Amino acid sequence: MTTHSAAYWAASDSMTMIRRSMRHSLRDLESLLISVMLPIMLMLLFVYVFGGAIDVGTEYVNYVVPGIILLCAGYGASTTALSVSTDMHTGVIDRFRSLPIVGSAVLTGHVVASMARNAFSTLVVVAVAILVGFRPEASVLGYMGALAMVLLFVLALSWVSVVVGLVANSVEAAGAFSFFILFLPYVSSAFVPPDTMPAVLQGFADHQPVTPMIETIRALLMGTPAGDSAWTAVAWFGAIALLSFVASMSLFRRSRSR
Amino acid sequence: MSDQIIRVSGVHKAFGDLTVLDGIDLGVERGTVLALLGPNGAGKTTLVRILATLLAPDAGTATVAGHDVVGDAAKVRATIGLTGQYAAVDELLTGEENLLMMARLSRLDHAGGRMRTAELLRRFDLVDAATRRVKTYSGGMRRRLDLAISMIGRPPVIVLDEPTTGLDPRSRLTLWAVIDELVDAGTTILLTTQYLEEAERLADRIVLIDHGRVVAEGTADELKSRLAGELVELAFADASDHARAMAVLGGRVQHPEPERLVVSVPTDGSAADIRGLLNDMERSGVPVTSIELTRPSLDDVFLELTEPAPATRLATNR
Repeated sequence: MTTHSAAYWAASDSMTMIRRSMRHSLRDLESLLISVMLPIMLMLLFVYVFGGAIDVGTEYVNYVVPGIILLCAGYGASTTALSVSTDMHTGVIDRFRSLPIVGSAVLTGHVVASMARNAFSTLVVVAVAILVGFRPEASVLGYMGALAMVLLFVLALSWVSVVVGLVANSVEAAGAFSFFILFLPYVSSAFVPPDTMPAVLQGFADHQPVTPMIETIRALLMGTPAGDSAWTAVAWFGAIALLSFVASMSLFRRSRSR
Repeated sequence: MSDQIIRVSGVHKAFGDLTVLDGIDLGVERGTVLALLGPNGAGKTTLVRILATLLAPDAGTATVAGHDVVGDAAKVRATIGLTGQYAAVDELLTGEENLLMMARLSRLDHAGGRMRTAELLRRFDLVDAATRRVKTYSGGMRRRLDLAISMIGRPPVIVLDEPTTGLDPRSRLTLWAVIDELVDAGTTILLTTQYLEEAERLADRIVLIDHGRVVAEGTADELKSRLAGELVELAFADASDHARAMAVLGGRVQHPEPERLVVSVPTDGSAADIRGLLNDMERSGVPVTSIELTRPSLDDVFLELTEPAPATRLATNR
């Protein structure tokens, strides 16, 4: 045993787990393929199939790109539930827990890998968007801001997914969470302006956290003022990330005695 | 003086209404092998999980190398290597990557981890499969990898939960040889098994548990001697010979078995005793067609001391 400080080992364990989860992401070909194909398909679907019929006052592709970014990032982050649940339901978690390491490093590994995965799929979305006519007018700062917002969104949803993965009774149940997340952006300002929706849905769309996030990313990419929506989005997703992080840690510790 | 590296005293564990461990006491001497033997559902795995700090006992204490499994879990984890009942391997990584990852998590440095990985791959006959993903491994290969992983940090105590379940005979022999080597090197081993042969072959002491309690404890020989001892079985040609033998032997008969035309009589196993018995039969004019000497096996001890399910009782209660 080499002598190093506890902090060194905590960092080393986290790095080991991050490498593990990254390898998983790269080797799970089906999921990797879906995370690349999904943005492309959705982009083509919305721009060429629905787009012609939707009038938002500007080029539809410019309107819809932030929504597709979040749809894909949300889906990508939610698959973390599946990875966590798989770990919990195979012997591998017992192995990690019986080692003298910070057990929760395995959760951190999943979340960091999720962020890397989704940063990549976001780049794919933007690249495809530009190919089909997306013309952002953002400054360098605007791009960085938009990326930071996407990563905050992914961070929050990944930790929520960890909670789902920890409480799900089966891997299948954890997988179902992806569908819920996949539908959340539809009832927001992602694809159509909420004021075209029935009153009940409009109320939900106006007040759910995805809407200010969409508005912020749209403003950052198109170089328009984001207004209060940026703060609202940061508050929402910052709080969601923090709460679900705390919940994950406590659930992880408690699941020991099951 | 005894030097118990694992000590369990008065451990209780219940899941809801189901009491799984009902006051277990046991100790394992440093450098020895203890086999935990018991029917399915006896509480073996629960006890293993408590020792591996994966479960906390409801009452009682358990220590490994003096560290409490609840209060000092981190130190216990640094002391033991665990192989659970289900292969705890990462399917998307290769065998080699699994070992390297666990080496890193077990605080081995880079070079040390590589050396140890190469050594264990060789020892467990996994060199050819080292760079293949574990997903493609057979059940036996997974278990071998799992065992290799639990040994990576050279822990002084290794806990094996049914280590040879699902292994082919050759892999089982390989594992037994590895356990022998580990014991020679001073490692303490606690293993659970449902194979009595395995317990007898490997263990210095055997603890038999049933319904969460220790029902017997000792060496294989000590446990066997708790039963009646050796029996000599005399076989006869027909029912009338059998009946006459019963009359001659009277109270000495332990198991009259008219349907098999045999009787069993206790013996000390010596030639003189058996000669005397055969002479008695000769004098009474009852021809014995064959004799068979039976020693109680560990199976008999197991069946005698553990409470069988009703169906098994019928089948075994000859």
